[in-house]
Amino acid sequence: MNIFVSEFKRRAAEKTADLRHRQFIRSALRGYEAARDKRKGAFQSWESARQAAAETKWDAINHLGTHLESLVSKLETRGTKVHWASSGAQARDIITQILRDKNARSIIKSKAMTSEEIHLNEALEHAGFKVVESDLGEFIVQLRHEAPYHIVFPSMHLTRGEIRELFQRELGDAPSDNPEDLTMVVRRVMRQKFIQADVGFTGANFAIAETGMISIAENEGNSRLTSALPKTMITLIGIEKVLPRFADLALFLPMLATAGAGQMMTCYNTMYSGPRQPGEPDGPEEWHVVLLDNRRTELLADPEQRDALHCIRCGACLNVCPVFRNVGGSTYGTTYSGPVGSVITPHLRGLQDWKHLSNASSLCGACTEACPVKIDLHHHLLQNRRNASASKPAFFERLAYTIFGMVANDPKFWWLAKKLAWLAQPFQNLAKGTAVDPAKAWTKTRDLPPMPRETFKDWWRNRT
Amino acid sequence: MVEILERLGHRVECPEEIACCGQPPFNSGYWDEARAIAAPVLEKLKAAEAIVIGSGSCGAMVKTFYPELFAGTRYEDLAKQISSRTWEYSAFLVNKLGETDLGAKFPHKVTFHDGCHGLRELGIKSAPRALLGNVGGLELVEMKEDICCGFGGTFAAKFPMISTAMGEVKCANAAETGAEYIVSGDSSCLMHIQGLLSRQGKAMKTIHLAEVLNQR
Repeated sequence: MNIFVSEFKRRAAEKTADLRHRQFIRSALRGYEAARDKRKGAFQSWESARQAAAETKWDAINHLGTHLESLVSKLETRGTKVHWASSGAQARDIITQILRDKNARSIIKSKAMTSEEIHLNEALEHAGFKVVESDLGEFIVQLRHEAPYHIVFPSMHLTRGEIRELFQRELGDAPSDNPEDLTMVVRRVMRQKFIQADVGFTGANFAIAETGMISIAENEGNSRLTSALPKTMITLIGIEKVLPRFADLALFLPMLATAGAGQMMTCYNTMYSGPRQPGEPDGPEEWHVVLLDNRRTELLADPEQRDALHCIRCGACLNVCPVFRNVGGSTYGTTYSGPVGSVITPHLRGLQDWKHLSNASSLCGACTEACPVKIDLHHHLLQNRRNASASKPAFFERLAYTIFGMVANDPKFWWLAKKLAWLAQPFQNLAKGTAVDPAKAWTKTRDLPPMPRETFKDWWRNRT
Repeated sequence: MVEILERLGHRVECPEEIACCGQPPFNSGYWDEARAIAAPVLEKLKAAEAIVIGSGSCGAMVKTFYPELFAGTRYEDLAKQISSRTWEYSAFLVNKLGETDLGAKFPHKVTFHDGCHGLRELGIKSAPRALLGNVGGLELVEMKEDICCGFGGTFAAKFPMISTAMGEVKCANAAETGAEYIVSGDSSCLMHIQGLLSRQGKAMKTIHLAEVLNQR
């Protein structure tokens, strides 16, 4: 068992045993689900909107090359410097180099999962830069030296009391655990950081090929400050974030906000089309856009699972996933958790190391039903399982299925197996759930049904 | 199931050689091993006018996944034909035969668990409810959410802690309804749920939809 699997199982056992955590996460995520269902009513037809969004993303991804060329040429026309990074390491190098060229010391960041994906903060801190996350949830997990718990709600696993304790310890201030008070503490700290920062760093929700714009949806206004105050702005985007037309945002912005957070729209929606132009009063003097591949093109080359690139990182599949609701986000050990994380992590970080995430699913399909861009998530988990077994079969598992097939295909063997199970049952009952019980994975927490003396097939044979 | 279909005037065959549809190896990614089990199943079902399966999960395997499993093999056409003639039991009664009242009596308060394969792969939601609605004395109380019970085949043994946690949520949802029985169209979900209920010493029982419909 590789370390990723054993760690996943260890954390899953720990989190599922923590009833308070389970209750807390479940009720929070059910809250988002309920809010989403309420907001869906604002769409004339949510199902038609999903279909339209899926078709737009098919166009975007199937003609990714053309759309990217258009995006880049429009961005460059207005003076944006565009960089291509084929790997995380290359993106980190590009960003570090820009910071060195600018003699920067301090960087203010707004929320970007792509930066988590390439472990940017660690790299920048290692290179001697001071990095501050400005999104409230991200700021909290940064203070705790943790990865975000959920792709949209990074610190949802913490109570107000825990956050207050953290602020008292790390910031020396937190008069109460009232959300307004906690926010004011952060605001005071954060305004200073914004003013001091040499460079602002953002992610992006969408990139518009037609107009050469980056769209950022947020609720705190921190992304706007990140782009408005420092002289230099850097934006890191996964290449799959492209949408063909500006008008597509009319669907995707409300869809993103509704599907994940149950909001009609996020509070702040900004479109960036370039650095400060002559005569403009504000905006960064220099804007660098880094386009990140990091194995996305390998996923693009897989016709079966290409639609996983449709993902708009709304978090809807995490919110409804019964596995996520019970094990929580940190159990996954990945940047992208939940169903979409289980689908794409094996592609981004290696199938054999991360295939267990595709196995850790009951394949219930709640994710596929929730996905606003109709990614066939739970079937992709099945395909990952097939690809993993085909490229590196587990010896005993394959042997077990071969023997199972021989028994299932031969009525005499099948009859014998049933009789043996019937005979073995009293002994199995004695060992139930203990270390010597061969069925202990089941019987530790569950009883087995009693083997009937007369099976259905006995009954069938006897009546005819 | 057999008795109900016969009472409705149909001739029921049950090929004794069929033991399994091949879903366990299929879901674990061992498609060659799954085909070795599924191909003889296709041969045995060839002559049937309609194939009725008393499980949304096995039903989805035959109806939805066989065509995918056999794509590009010599069984492809047969798999598609069999798929088009395959029905989950409640959907067969309601949508194919148009029967919703089978004259059953089951004077108990029950809740219904939708197996995920039946619900999301086959889109079965209203058929079992239409059938239960006509059972004399039966009171159906819905659970507050459509959520997986956590069985998931080999998942239950590979990740027992997650499977058990999911099952506990299901049992709590069911208990909230105050029902005496959890009814479902899927024996495998029921085996998992009953296993948890028995271990925890709960009085609530599980029963398959077909057994409810056959109570007179």
